Amino acid sequence: MTQQMARPKRKNPVLRTRLPTLPPWGRSRVALGLTAAAAIGRFELQQCADCAAIQYPPREACHVCLSARLQWKPQSGAGKLLSETVLHHSNDLFFRERLPWRLGLVQLDAGPTLMVHLLDCAPAAPARVTVDVRLDRAGQAVLLGCPETETEHMAEDRVLREMTCDPKFRKVLVTDGKTAVGQAIVKALVGAGADIVWAGHAEPWKKLPGLDGITALPQVTLVPLDLTSAKSVSELAGEVAGKVDIVINNAEVHRTYGISARRGADAARAEMDINYFGMLRLAQEFGPALKGRGADGPASAVAWVNLLSIYALSNYPPHGTYSASKAAALSLAQCLRAEMRPAGIRVVNLFPGPIDDEWNQLLPPPKIAPASLAQAIVKALRDGVEDVYPGDVAQEWLARWRENPKVLERELAAGGS
Amino acid sequence: MNPSELLGALAGALAGGRIRVLDLTHTLSPEFPQIALPPEFGQCLPFRLEEVSRYDERGPSWYWNNFSCGEHTGTHFDAPVHWISGRDLPNSAVDTIPVQHFIAPAVVIDCSKEAAADADYLLTVDAVKQWEGKHGRVPARAWVLMRTDWSKKHADAEAFQNYDETGQHTPGPNAEVAKFLVEERDVLGFGSEAIGTDAGQGYHQRPPYPCHYYMHGAGRYGLQCLTNLDQLPPTGTLLICPPLKIQHGSGSPLRVLALVAD
Repeated sequence: MTQQMARPKRKNPVLRTRLPTLPPWGRSRVALGLTAAAAIGRFELQQCADCAAIQYPPREACHVCLSARLQWKPQSGAGKLLSETVLHHSNDLFFRERLPWRLGLVQLDAGPTLMVHLLDCAPAAPARVTVDVRLDRAGQAVLLGCPETETEHMAEDRVLREMTCDPKFRKVLVTDGKTAVGQAIVKALVGAGADIVWAGHAEPWKKLPGLDGITALPQVTLVPLDLTSAKSVSELAGEVAGKVDIVINNAEVHRTYGISARRGADAARAEMDINYFGMLRLAQEFGPALKGRGADGPASAVAWVNLLSIYALSNYPPHGTYSASKAAALSLAQCLRAEMRPAGIRVVNLFPGPIDDEWNQLLPPPKIAPASLAQAIVKALRDGVEDVYPGDVAQEWLARWRENPKVLERELAAGGS
Repeated sequence: MNPSELLGALAGALAGGRIRVLDLTHTLSPEFPQIALPPEFGQCLPFRLEEVSRYDERGPSWYWNNFSCGEHTGTHFDAPVHWISGRDLPNSAVDTIPVQHFIAPAVVIDCSKEAAADADYLLTVDAVKQWEGKHGRVPARAWVLMRTDWSKKHADAEAFQNYDETGQHTPGPNAEVAKFLVEERDVLGFGSEAIGTDAGQGYHQRPPYPCHYYMHGAGRYGLQCLTNLDQLPPTGTLLICPPLKIQHGSGSPLRVLALVAD
């Protein structure tokens, strides 16, 4: 069992802020398969298509029959903790700052024996455990030895919290707190124990229903933030960027045109100005502050969430310019991820299908509800994943896109969803 | 006094401060609210400024910005071609309007008390006639500026825009007075302090947006988001308000200057 985390003390302002360090991040090309699965919250190992042997560590050829036909397959992680040791010394800067550190050897029921990081709340060897995978601060997959069933306050386990981006006790900026999605995100964060939620409030004269409901929450402060204005972004960054632990960039413009359904570029430009340039402005102003606080105590800066769209993967012609802006945003988010990684800040991209809002009024269900989207964000932060495809439509599109992007393109061009 | 002497005398009066120059213009800034239409319509862009360089690696010895905005952003001029009623008139875009129209007398009708009491206050023909009883007939080819002191709210964008669930609530002229000023008084244009020359609820008048409809339909102009109207006398102001020379432009942000005798 894990002791419930106490509210972190205020920072001692006479001490130097600790600089972020990363755990060892080198991986072979084939080992990145483990990371690719972990990035979407899956524990996968290679399995031989010829003799069915499960492989570990990741490799080019089966360790039993030398077949090259190895395929990544989901694993249950069930196994037995054979032995454990506690690391009291390390020359690695990252682990040196986090000692003591439990390590264990787990034999999976599926076959291989793995070296894992043991959660503080994992039982002592020998015992049944579950092996799970997480991205570490370097963004690489690492294996964790966990209790077989989730124990009380397990999310607050010291080792697990090193891997995740739990909003509890953290200070969060939501770039648009006005829309139904924004309000749902704000509420979900408060529910998840966020310390402060700054809710961006562009064009304050435009009142949207429900806004009073979130401003009444004691954790929530409305702040002027308009991603189309460099000045607005830089002024807010000057005020609060040094305190923001998590940025949730949900501000977006969504219009429902292809190329020929509307003359001119104004609507497409408005989409691009928020969905793409908005992220750029935000990252230039808030990124440096987050990077400086990647190891700032138990509630350090940890994550940056972008609300993209499943249309970022393949253009949905009826919403063609919106799709294009989200594809641009996806590309920029990859750049942001690469630039934030040295500081251990995780960039999480959300790819929902149509959201149940006024711009998708004419699309048939299923549409993801704002509250479900908000919960998906909180879950992604708690699980520490990188890419999230919340909802049935997103999952289906993802499967079709993975299977064959060209086929999906043709289906979408034919108007079929 | 011959015209040449007149100009010399004007220059002397300006230099000596006997004629004061007042600025009726709001500063163009990203915070200044822009006109908002229902989201399915095209939108007028607010003022935005992006720094190009500031004595730094992007330009070591110079500071400059790129800016963007709509033609109807901030303190701005409306040309007749802005409205459908004025679309076929000759010389009705900012680049073709006769330039002598950009220097013209202005009268100021003080509606500040009425607007303070009622954000939806509409100027009427009776109110104009009452004003004429005190200050004389509105001269032909003069601007009529409706002083409401609404500009004093500009630092608070919510109060300046004054939206509720039925839309915007700001003062303006009613349909009859807009028609009257054009047809009976032959004015050059109409100026206001709120975000449009028409009232916030102007869409619900008959015709919708009557000031735009009548003024621009008759080749007259509009000025909006004016400020400092409270410093102008009821009569005797000379207004200088040339918009940018945008090819076939429907309007433009501009600097509005008022000359008043001290």
